[in-house]
Order: sequence, then structure tokens, then C-alpha cells
Amino acid sequence: MSSAKPDASPPARRLPLHWLGILPFAAFVTLFLLLPTMKIVVGAFQTPDGGFTLDNIRGLFTPSILAAYWISIKISIASALLGCLIGFAMASAIVFGGLPQGIRGPLLTFSGVASNFAGVPLAFAFLATLGPVGIVTVFLRSNFGFDLRMLGFNLLSFWGLTVTYLFFQIPLMILIITPALDGLKREWREAAEILGATGLQYWRMVAFPILLPSLLGTLALLFANAFGAVATAIALTGSSLSIVPILLFAQIRGDVLGNPHLGYALAFGMIVVTGIANAIYIWLRSRSERWLK
Amino acid sequence: MKKIWAWGALVFGLLYFTLPLIGMTNFSLKMRRGEYSFDAYGKVFSDPRFQETFTYSVMQALFTIIFGVLLVVPTAYWVRLKLPRLRPVIEFITLLPLVIPAIVIVFGYIRLYNTSSWLPLTGSLTGTNILLMFGYATLALPYMYRAVDTGLRTIDVATLTEAAQSLGAGWATILAKIILPNVLVAVLSGAFLTFAIVIGEFTMAALLNRPAFGPYMQLLGANRAYEPAALAVIAFGITWGCLGLIQLVSRFQRSAPPKA
Repeated sequence: MSSAKPDASPPARRLPLHWLGILPFAAFVTLFLLLPTMKIVVGAFQTPDGGFTLDNIRGLFTPSILAAYWISIKISIASALLGCLIGFAMASAIVFGGLPQGIRGPLLTFSGVASNFAGVPLAFAFLATLGPVGIVTVFLRSNFGFDLRMLGFNLLSFWGLTVTYLFFQIPLMILIITPALDGLKREWREAAEILGATGLQYWRMVAFPILLPSLLGTLALLFANAFGAVATAIALTGSSLSIVPILLFAQIRGDVLGNPHLGYALAFGMIVVTGIANAIYIWLRSRSERWLK
Repeated sequence: MKKIWAWGALVFGLLYFTLPLIGMTNFSLKMRRGEYSFDAYGKVFSDPRFQETFTYSVMQALFTIIFGVLLVVPTAYWVRLKLPRLRPVIEFITLLPLVIPAIVIVFGYIRLYNTSSWLPLTGSLTGTNILLMFGYATLALPYMYRAVDTGLRTIDVATLTEAAQSLGAGWATILAKIILPNVLVAVLSGAFLTFAIVIGEFTMAALLNRPAFGPYMQLLGANRAYEPAALAVIAFGITWGCLGLIQLVSRFQRSAPPKA
């Protein structure tokens, strides 16, 4: 049984040297990616003097922290769902919609730019657009007597943040889903039509099931993307909206929770949430690659 | 019918994307009452804090790029040449910074490398600058590694290495004179993306208390009305410029002779 690897026996003596080649990389990744993360994970289960405890995790289940997680998750879900929906509509418009060929290239390039245009400047752009004296707000008020504020819309709120996040969520969706839509083979549609399927039936029974893993996977990725976004939220709301990243930022800055190790637990919770979302993404993506090669 | 629907989706999307851009540009030009002017830009550019923080971020970006190239190119090369079985593992690790939020990573740095730790990087300015650069390199790792690895796919690494070795080249020569020129386009596109990321980055620099461009933008945004919009236009221009350059160099690559 043990001699089942015939090709591994002669060069086995030289093998250890090969590992030296990735030593710098391994050292860097260990010191500046893995160890810091481990420190957070372990710290979430430690008392200030090093003992093991579940108190920090239990501390997460206080109403104010739970509320912060809940609103973070809600914003992430809303912006991921809407981003998926709108991004899918736009991507399928350029792939199947019969639009002029010239639109596709520029739209994809723009998506590349916009999906990277997160952070502080994005918040400024939306303040100048939908803020109290923003271009859209003023336009609606002076031309239609339509006051966004009176309708309850506030940029520094759940919907405000969601609308702002969509600016990088939609382009990310377009970038990821367009290749998947391109992968739908023309033959499948033809085969379905020959068998007498209507357009709706083709979508419902052929295209959609094939795309489903990609769609759900991208949904998970967009969710994680929104959940980890800090800079946009801070620049937009200061600290008036209590979402998890802002709470953690304030905690690191000045221990606002009164217990330094509660910060570890807060960060650990973020890793768990984005970790689950990304695991779903990776799993579903490997499933969808079967079809979309 | 289908076409109308497609146009509808497109127009809706374009409206959503252009309005904020128009909004910020419009706002950035309105500093002078009643007419359009570049006053806000003048204010921004003449602010010494702008010049300091922008220079600081550009320097950080350049160091990050140099460090990233020195770290990623040999590793990706070596993994392809000698340790192909490790590829999935390395790829997984390089994607981790997309999973772990930047704020969590920098929180780990602060706890791990504080003044009373075994490696007190945050104890001195130089140390903190280096730590921040490592942080940026971590954030850029997924993009850098993917770009270089894709670039390596288009060349025959094993044959090139053997040819160079039989002509008497050592590892350093092979990397600098054979591999790097061959993946230069990929490296450049990774570098531009790194540049765009570092210039706009806020969380790490703010929490490590370094005077970078991102925290400066946030500070200005909290205190001024028109200048932030001008800054947003500038930042968008930088992002646009970097990604335009990526397009340019990758087009350059496509016109180069294909691999044998």
C-alpha cells in the first residue's frame, strides 16, 4: 500500500529545498495576514489576563450590538439583492438585448472603475446628489415641489446607505455575471426551441437553473462586500448609524464598549459572517463552472 | 418588446450611475455663489495638507508596488515551476484578504505589533509606515497574485527556465531578465490596481494614525462643503486613470506576438 507512489521515490531527497522558494511569501502571509486574524479569533475567547472564556461572545448578544449586526446584515442583504437584480438586468440587456455592440465594451470598462470607486469619495458623490442640498434633491424640490426629506428619505439611514452601496454592487455584479451569461450556449436555446419550448420555458427550465449557482454565489459575494465596507459608511454617516464596522472602528479608536476584548468578539463576528458568505460563493462557483466553461 | 426592456434596464442603470457623478462635479464647481468656478479645486490643491497626504499616499503606493512585485513574482513563478500541487493552497491564501475585512486585519496588527509586543512596529513612525505598507500589500495581494499568475500562464515557464539555466543563468538572472520582462504587462496592471487601492484606502491609515490621503478626505468631508466634492472628482479621476492604463497595457499585450 505504501509503495503506491512510484514517481515520488527518486527525487524525494531534493524535495525540502523546493520549499525554500516560497519561504518569503509564507513568512509574509503568516505575519501580516494569518497571525493577525488568528490573534482576533483567539482573543475573542480570552479574558484580559489570558484565560479562556465565552463571555466576550456572550457579550455580543446585548441589544445594542445585536441591533448593529442586524442593521448591517439588512443593509448587506438589501444592497446585494438589489445589486444582483439591477446588475443582472443590465448584463442581460447587453448580452441578449440586441443593443448596439458598441455599448458593451464601455459599460464593462465603466463597471471596472465603478466597482473600485468605493470609500470616502463615493460618500461625497452621493452627498452632492441626494444630500440635503444635492442636485437631485434640489431638482425635485424646485421643479415638482417634491421633498425627499418629507417622504422620510435620509441619506444617513438604512435606505441611504443601501442606495450608496449599490454604486459599487451593481458594477461588481455586471463584471461577474456577464461571462456567465456569455457561457449560455446558443445550442441550448436552439435545442429547447426545436423541442417546442417557449422563450419563458427556456429561461425557466434551462437557462435559469444553469445560472442559479452563479447568481446565488454572486449574491453571497456582494453580501460580504457590503458587510465589510467601512470607509463609505463612516464618511457618509460619521458615527450616527450604528452598523458593525462603524462600531468596531470606534471600539478600536477608543474602547467605546468598555471592554477591550469585546472588540475581538465583534471582529470575530465579522469574520464569521463574511467567511460564511464567501464559503457559499466559492462552493457555488465551483458548481457553476461545470456548465459555464 | 425585448429591445424596449433592454433599453429600459440600460437607461435606468446609466441614470443611476451618471447622476452621482454629475452631482459631485456640479457641486464641486459651485463654490463661488451664482456661477461656476474652479475655486474648490484651487482651494484643495493649494492646501498644504492635501499635498502632504497625497505625496505620502503616492510614496506608500510606490513602496507597496515594489514590495508586492518582489514578493509575488518569484512566488508565483516558483509555485508554477516547482510546486504546482501547492497552487490551490496559495490561491486560496491570496484570496483571503477579500474575505477578512480590512478593519479586522488592521485590528490584528494593532494588537499584535503594539509597543509592548515582541515586534513593536507601531512604536516608531518608520515602523508604522512599514506596517501600513505591509497592510496595503496584503489588501492588494488578491489582485497582484491573480494578475501575475495569469501572466505566467501565457509563457512556458519550464522551457524558459531550462534554456536560461543551460546558458548558465542563476535564479536572480532568470527572474529579472527572463520572467519579469515576460509578465511585465500583467505586473503593470496589478501595479495600477494597487495604486488605485492605496490612494483611496481609509481604514488602515486612519486606525494606524498615518497622514494618508483617505483619512484627509474624510476629515475634509466632515468640515467643508465644496472641497470634498472636488476631492471626489479628483479621486474618481485617479481611479479612472489607473484602470484606463490597465486597459492600455493589456491591449499592448494582445498586440504582442502570441506564445509559441
